[in-house]
Amino acid sequence: MISLSAYLSVGAVLFAISVGGIFLNRKNVVVLLMCIELMLLSANINFVAFSHYMNDISGQVFVFFILTVAAAEAAIGLAILVTLFRNRRTIDVDQLDSMKG
Amino acid sequence: MNLTDLIFIFFAGLLVLSALGVIGSRNPVHSVLFLVLCFFNCSALWLLLEAEFLAITLVLVYVGAVMVLFLFVVMMLDINIAKMRQGFVRYLPIGALIALVMVAQMIWVVGPFDQHAFDSAHLGQAVVHAADYSNTKALGRVIYTDYVFPFEIAAVILLVAIVAAISLTMRHREKTKYQTPGKQVQVRKQDRLRIVKMDAEVSE
Repeated sequence: MISLSAYLSVGAVLFAISVGGIFLNRKNVVVLLMCIELMLLSANINFVAFSHYMNDISGQVFVFFILTVAAAEAAIGLAILVTLFRNRRTIDVDQLDSMKG
Repeated sequence: MNLTDLIFIFFAGLLVLSALGVIGSRNPVHSVLFLVLCFFNCSALWLLLEAEFLAITLVLVYVGAVMVLFLFVVMMLDINIAKMRQGFVRYLPIGALIALVMVAQMIWVVGPFDQHAFDSAHLGQAVVHAADYSNTKALGRVIYTDYVFPFEIAAVILLVAIVAAISLTMRHREKTKYQTPGKQVQVRKQDRLRIVKMDAEVSE
């Protein structure tokens, strides 16, 4: 029998890895978006694990909604990225400072 | 250690390794492919947790749609990989330190060390379902009754995302000629046609 804390630990490790990835890949917007997807995935693992061990299906409904919002966020983020690249020819975060006063 | 534990360790280990591959690989295309592997392993973990519908949804929706979209964009953009990797080594110590501190803190709280926090005595035992239990049926019953209003809001969010993505990426080029069907339909005969009265030509 796998314990609940095993699943929660996997989620915690995944979350920490994605936070580290945001630190390391701070120039590349695509990898930043992927790290955000990983973070949402770790939250989803926690939801599903609690839903199973507490025998309450509402957690899985929440995962369903998180998946919806994450898909919408990925679509809009990538659309912004494409527009950005078309206008500036770069996705380097350091060079995206045209709104700086 | 029985077979279930081995399956859990295999998929969880592969999940963590592929997550490391996502943040560590040099080429963004490899990052996307590692993220696909991540989603597959996570879906296997969810199958262990008896969330079959969500496991299949994760593969179909995430791997099938969202990650293909990522792959499209990564391959379409001309990314200067060497320039993107600047600062990777510089921020490696601080990033690794913060990640280690976070994982230590979180596992301290949720991990197996505190025997009283997340054991079965406090949470109730995970129910072993009958053989004809359908996760999809149970989920659908809840979504379409208790959560029907949030479900409709989720549909609206997806619609907004579609409209936003299309309107962001649509562009009008100056020199391209477009048809405007509305104006074509509105044209009347007297706007374009002019009847000129003139005498017939007479041959000499």
